[in-house]
Amino acid sequence: MRSSLRLVLVSWWLQFKMIMRSPFDGFGNVIYPLFFATTAFFVFRAGDSPRTLIYASLGASVMGMWSSVSTSAGSAMQRERWWGTLELLVSAPRHFSLVLLPSTLGLATVGVYNLVATLLWGRFAFGIDLTIEHPLLFALSIVGTVISFAGLGFLFAVSFVRFRAAWVLGNFFEYPVWLICGFLVPLTLLPTWVHPIAWVLAPTWGMNAIRESALGGTPLPDLLLCLALGLAYVGAGVLVTDRVLRAARVSGSLSLT
Amino acid sequence: MAAIEAADLRRTYRTHTGTLRRRAKEIEAVRGISFAVEPGELFGLLGPNGAGKTTTIKMLITLLIPTGGSARVLGLDVVRQAHEVRKRIGYVFGGERGVYERLSGYDNLRYFAELYGVPAREQKRRIEELLDLVGLKDREHERAEGYSRGMKQRLHVARGLLHDPEVLFLDEPTIGLDPVGAREIRETIASLTQAGKTVLLTTHYMFEADALCDRIAVISKGSIVAEGTPLDLKRGVAQGTVVEVEVFGIAGEALERVRALTGVLSVAVEEREQAQVLVVRTEADVELTQAILGNLNGSDVGRISRREPTLEDAYVALVSE
Repeated sequence: MRSSLRLVLVSWWLQFKMIMRSPFDGFGNVIYPLFFATTAFFVFRAGDSPRTLIYASLGASVMGMWSSVSTSAGSAMQRERWWGTLELLVSAPRHFSLVLLPSTLGLATVGVYNLVATLLWGRFAFGIDLTIEHPLLFALSIVGTVISFAGLGFLFAVSFVRFRAAWVLGNFFEYPVWLICGFLVPLTLLPTWVHPIAWVLAPTWGMNAIRESALGGTPLPDLLLCLALGLAYVGAGVLVTDRVLRAARVSGSLSLT
Repeated sequence: MAAIEAADLRRTYRTHTGTLRRRAKEIEAVRGISFAVEPGELFGLLGPNGAGKTTTIKMLITLLIPTGGSARVLGLDVVRQAHEVRKRIGYVFGGERGVYERLSGYDNLRYFAELYGVPAREQKRRIEELLDLVGLKDREHERAEGYSRGMKQRLHVARGLLHDPEVLFLDEPTIGLDPVGAREIRETIASLTQAGKTVLLTTHYMFEADALCDRIAVISKGSIVAEGTPLDLKRGVAQGTVVEVEVFGIAGEALERVRALTGVLSVAVEEREQAQVLVVRTEADVELTQAILGNLNGSDVGRISRREPTLEDAYVALVSE
């Protein structure tokens, strides 16, 4: 248990180091959230309500976090293929989920920067003054959201190991989640058939928890649901990892780029 | 108990041809090979590109599931006991891939030390030892993207040894290296068996297998076509004569006619710059130069020479059959 925790921590740090050293990823991470934020602010400024702008500001910040995980989790696995390291990771004696999880956790951690950058951009470029009502719960909500995003990214990444083209799925999921999980538009405005989909997606609850803690409310139930779903994704990912790897070993797709 | 055992090992790949009308096609990469490697032995799998060497090694290191036959490493089944096998083997492949370029050499080793379960208190000492062994000391904190090909290859070797595995699989570890870099890697490989490791090495360099291996299996088109010590293989070609004919565009039928001549042991065609060279190994006491030329009607013929066979000829003959 202790060595597994150490593996996750060391791997997370080294993955994070690699992400931060990539000029391309770095540039994207700096620019993207600002685009999201600017678009959201212009759209919601028309409403002329300060509370709506704060709502949009928080939504745009989580959008950036989600984009960082959904698109990067797929491309991260694709990069492991290109680098020729995927086979080395699979042939290591540790359970593959312990190898994969720190990688997606590293990506989700980068997402925290997106959140902070968006809020600062809103403050200095658009004058949105964000006062956090429950700072501690706000911080916990961010941590919970990062963990649940990492869990969902992990579940994606497992499928990317087996199917080379699955990284496209990451891009495919990027925009619907913005909408379905209520990042910019409240869930109540969406058709009722969308609601069950939103409920099983942890970003919905992470977003709620962040908003409730920032704007004043009861974020704890949302946070707990977000964490529970995040852990459920990890559990599901661990369960399917062996099956997915066996399928990849049968098909011989691990070495393909 | 053998350290590595393969029994009638097979691997078939399913692939597709066509775009709109896709057709499934099966390719037999390994066609029922059997061999055993004893503990402490350095065993070579020698063969040309596409012969099935890498597929064989990937089945043995648990990355591919065989479609037939079985394989055991240290008595453990590579399919059913894959996890146990992984703990006790190391894998090194050639080329520049397999390295995290944005991390330093040290961080690369640190990461894999965690993945291979090297206890935390031993990691530092182990990494230092290996950096020393492969000659990367003083460069370990530089990013791997600045390393030469040879340095990356040495980093690979260090990675493969991190968890002190009993069996090492080296897949063309000197490919693409300059002569000095290749020699350094070969020296490191030679030192591994002195440290009691069992090594399975794949290569397509005859001289490398000859210099390093206790025994060699020559693999061609997915099958083992010869097996023995380097001396055994040399003995197999010590007799006979080689006739080399420079030709410009040789037809397949002409090649078959030459192959059918009485006294011809093997025929191969080598590409050399703009010409092809027909290499015909014949029995020692027969003179076939005229007969060979007579069967090349239609091809432009250049220089003709006769010489004693070399080890290279043995290899070419075996993989051309």
